[in-house]
Amino acid sequence: MSEHILQFKPSEGFRARSKAVVDNPFLRQSFRGAMDFLMSKRAAQFPDSEELESLRTLGESIRQYNLAKLPTLLEQLEANLTRNGIQVHWAETPDEANAIILGICQARSAKLMVKGKSMVSEEIELNHAAEAAGIGALESDMGEYIVQLAGEKPSHIIMPAIHKTKEEIARLFADKVEGVDYTDNVDALIQIGRNVLRQKFLEADIGLSGVNFAVAETGTLCLVENEGNGRMCTTAPPVHIAITGIEKIVEKLEHVPPLLSLLTRSATGQNISTYFNMISSPRKPGEKDGPSEVHLVLLDNGRSQAYADEQLRKTLQCIRCGACMNHCPVYTRIGGHAYGTTYPGPIGKIISPHMLGLEATSTMATASSLCGACGEVCPVKIPIPELLMRLREEAFTAPHANPSMVGQGAGYSWLMTSVWKGWAAVYRSPSLYGVATWLGSRFSWLMPSKQGAWTSVRVPLKPAPRRLRDMLKERGE
Amino acid sequence: MSARDRILGKLKATMPATAPALPDVGGWFATHRVVESSADKAKRFRACIELAHAEVHAVTSANWLAKLLEVLRAKQIDKLLVAEETAHGEAVLNDFPRHGIDCQTYDLPIEAWKSEMFQQTPASLTVARAAIAETGTLILWPNADEPRLMSLVPPVHIVLLDAGKIYNTFFEAMQTEGWANGLPTNSLLISGPSKTADIQQTLAYGAHGPKELVVLMIGDEQ
Ligand code: SF4
Repeated sequence: MSEHILQFKPSEGFRARSKAVVDNPFLRQSFRGAMDFLMSKRAAQFPDSEELESLRTLGESIRQYNLAKLPTLLEQLEANLTRNGIQVHWAETPDEANAIILGICQARSAKLMVKGKSMVSEEIELNHAAEAAGIGALESDMGEYIVQLAGEKPSHIIMPAIHKTKEEIARLFADKVEGVDYTDNVDALIQIGRNVLRQKFLEADIGLSGVNFAVAETGTLCLVENEGNGRMCTTAPPVHIAITGIEKIVEKLEHVPPLLSLLTRSATGQNISTYFNMISSPRKPGEKDGPSEVHLVLLDNGRSQAYADEQLRKTLQCIRCGACMNHCPVYTRIGGHAYGTTYPGPIGKIISPHMLGLEATSTMATASSLCGACGEVCPVKIPIPELLMRLREEAFTAPHANPSMVGQGAGYSWLMTSVWKGWAAVYRSPSLYGVATWLGSRFSWLMPSKQGAWTSVRVPLKPAPRRLRDMLKERGE
Repeated sequence: MSARDRILGKLKATMPATAPALPDVGGWFATHRVVESSADKAKRFRACIELAHAEVHAVTSANWLAKLLEVLRAKQIDKLLVAEETAHGEAVLNDFPRHGIDCQTYDLPIEAWKSEMFQQTPASLTVARAAIAETGTLILWPNADEPRLMSLVPPVHIVLLDAGKIYNTFFEAMQTEGWANGLPTNSLLISGPSKTADIQQTLAYGAHGPKELVVLMIGDEQ
């Protein structure tokens, strides 16, 4: 089904993709409208700033406590899940994760997998791996279903089809869903999706889902959703495979309520999602439904690199609410696809370098105004601007031994570093500064009128014909 | 070396030597959440779940069956999925056939009647274990009598709730009931009918699960 039109290649064409969106008033308007909507919904959920701050502090401390014990908790989770009858698998790379999932499918001769919303499955490009292995992988979250039909990727981690208007979706359904006529009535469109997907839930051999929180002490997988597709995928097919990053773990069940409250309120401005699903075992003897096999795939994919550094570890506190992108002035203008990464926006900029290396992502850290909005709204207080500064340093300073990140120094340029060094030297020495400004004022006519990106929207930079110090001297001051 | 050993090895090698103190979740809830009377909790629960598009009827243990019949008639539903081995299921089974309601029971594993469940089951009745006032949430623990798909597949889901079992918060529910000591196969929080806003942020109900959620809240006999 998917034509694989939009492959993730963050390093290539970031500027061009951004420009395409900025130049499209229609897309800009739809992102602006959607982000304004999400921001006001979130604000309405947190009328009491003291409550918000204390809950954020609690959320941060819960995430930091659990990350500090991560390897121990993973072992505890594995032991309790296994005791409950859930099979645990570990994958270091996307390829390993795909091989595990496809292995489970093949052992059951599965033909069709229905998927609940899972960004980690996007991260490993599971749909393409499944198709290559002859297994249909169908997205069942409405937004994901829409982008899959369109042969695209999600443009937002919570609202995958946020870039599409209802008219576009109406045309898409009329073109691609059999027996459907054009309608842009939203209820009717949802009904069309519902009817197609209900049949698939009934037929599917495998249901795949993500995990929002994995509880170590009880061996429980928690899922947050509104549609019921997550419940369908984890209940109707005979096998359920869950996939999660290794960081989504809490030790205690009591850690879940504060995080759930922060997640749903920050993400979509709901005080709770319609469904909160806690799965602790496969079908037990005597039970009449639910999958007979449940698997969990724990994926590293660069997370252990982030974990190794005290500052970068904070990246893993993320609960994937999407609030940072909703509030980001850059995301709002360029949309999610421009980034070319699974996770767009501020969280994407800080997590993707660990997954893809700095070679592929060094420009991303620079695509920020450092306005601080992302850090201010993050429900678990990830200091995103501070991490962006750190990533810029990792990407653009000269390569050295024992780097903290794969691709350290990937954006390093001898010329750029020398220019900045020269600049610093001039500004540190009064005499050099004097000479430089004297030369600048005498030869200002030499400045070119086209100065790259600067002059695309601004007048050319040109030193003043006379220096301030000369003018002051004249006035005798 | 397996992927498991490599991942755990990397994490252990860089794990902080000391963990921060266990966060005081109980302390936070004690200072930040109201504790209400039963009547207030029922009111708040109702207001919240109605805001999420659920239909709530206050009933008594004497009249809930009549109300249920009225709800089915109003929705022109003549078939209801109920659980045999439960008191409320038996009550319905004993009473409704004479009113022309076809009562279906979930007495076989789903494999034996999956298409029928998906295609010919307009409504179901299940019981809630408890509820949460703060968010307007029903707590369901599906079991062998009332399996998981009962609350998911039929387009109309009707839930019986004892108004005396409403907690202030999710945290209070799990603490009071000692959930950390063991959870069932699948436990659920449900806060309204299935919905989505994936098409141009326009809210639509009945995305995959029930289009309608009806709560019969059994309270005092007045
Ligand atoms: S970084 Fe913070 S705001 Fe952004 S998605 Fe993660 S938790 Fe939400």
